[in-house]
Amino acid sequence: MAFVDYYKILGISKTATGKNIKTAYRKLARKFHPDLNPDNKESERKFKEINEANEVLSDPESRKKYDTYGKEWKQGEAHEKARKQQQQQSGQQDFSNEEYSDFFGSMFGGGRSSYSKSRSPKFKGQDYHTELQLNLKDVYTTQQQVLTINGKKIRLKIPAGVENGQVIKIKEKGAAGINGGPHGDLYIKFTIDNHSRFKREGKHLYLNIDLELYTAVLGGEITVATFNGKVKLHIKPETKNESKVKLTGKGFPVYKKEGEFGDLYITYHIKIPTDLTEQEIKLFKELQKINKK
Amino acid sequence: MNEKPLISTQTLCYHYNIEVSFVTALNTMGLIQIQIIAEKEFIHQDQISDLEKIIRLHNELNMNLEGIDVVFNLLKKERALRKELNALKNRLRLYENN
Repeated sequence: MAFVDYYKILGISKTATGKNIKTAYRKLARKFHPDLNPDNKESERKFKEINEANEVLSDPESRKKYDTYGKEWKQGEAHEKARKQQQQQSGQQDFSNEEYSDFFGSMFGGGRSSYSKSRSPKFKGQDYHTELQLNLKDVYTTQQQVLTINGKKIRLKIPAGVENGQVIKIKEKGAAGINGGPHGDLYIKFTIDNHSRFKREGKHLYLNIDLELYTAVLGGEITVATFNGKVKLHIKPETKNESKVKLTGKGFPVYKKEGEFGDLYITYHIKIPTDLTEQEIKLFKELQKINKK
Repeated sequence: MNEKPLISTQTLCYHYNIEVSFVTALNTMGLIQIQIIAEKEFIHQDQISDLEKIIRLHNELNMNLEGIDVVFNLLKKERALRKELNALKNRLRLYENN
């Protein structure tokens, strides 16, 4: 583990008093507290750092050890430990090294010091952030998924209608709390890929349909495939290019509102026939003549 | 049937180790809403995450209730702006894909 300058983290000098440390810690905690910076990983990292710095420097004994070993604190601790073990073996002194290992365990971010348990406030554990990629078709219906976060399997129910970029929070599925504080939360950001013919805007869907010229002029019937089955559409005679129809309730499900759907908006694009046969050209010319009269 | 999952303020005070007067003050400030049923006070479960946040801000950052109220309002604004930004990004993507 690289040396961490706790004084630098708190922005104080090595001669700072206990009051200075407390003030610096409070100021930075107000700035980087996870509740004040939701979804900000950088703030979370900083908050952990300043907590760690405060935990060590606010306790005179821990601070003394940290000051003594400085950059070589790791080697210093090993040396000290070996010396104490030697003393213990020779029966010169009877004591437990529990406090020491706790202190450096706390340095490593592992254990907690015995005094920190009683002195340090409880903090919520780190929040986890992850991303989940789904297809538009997948999120039309409610999905059940199993995610593996840090080796733990989490069953997840993804309600239909989840939006691209939407973040959902799963309570207390983040890292364990500090000093017995509550677990952090798990935040899942959804990326919805759309490979369908539909365009989605919130709960509404948009679809462009090519319409044969003859159907547009004379009217008729077409079948459109939607996410929940096929729909027969009646085309009025003399339908104009780019005219729109709205199919109520055929859009996308509304998030967490079961049975509620948006609308589907269809835009007709009239296809001009190409590669005409001689007979077709003849008939079109006849139509042209009639039209001129 | 429309269920209303309510938790008594007494249970909450015991669980979170807070004073009843603290919860009452939060209600007075409008930070949480207390419902009174059969002369007993309850909080809707949807407000628990807000209550937890308030307790953390109060205990860990020594924030007073007025400060928490300001923070909540600013966070609410930030959330709305982020939502709007996200919606606009999605709209932009819609046109870029065209």
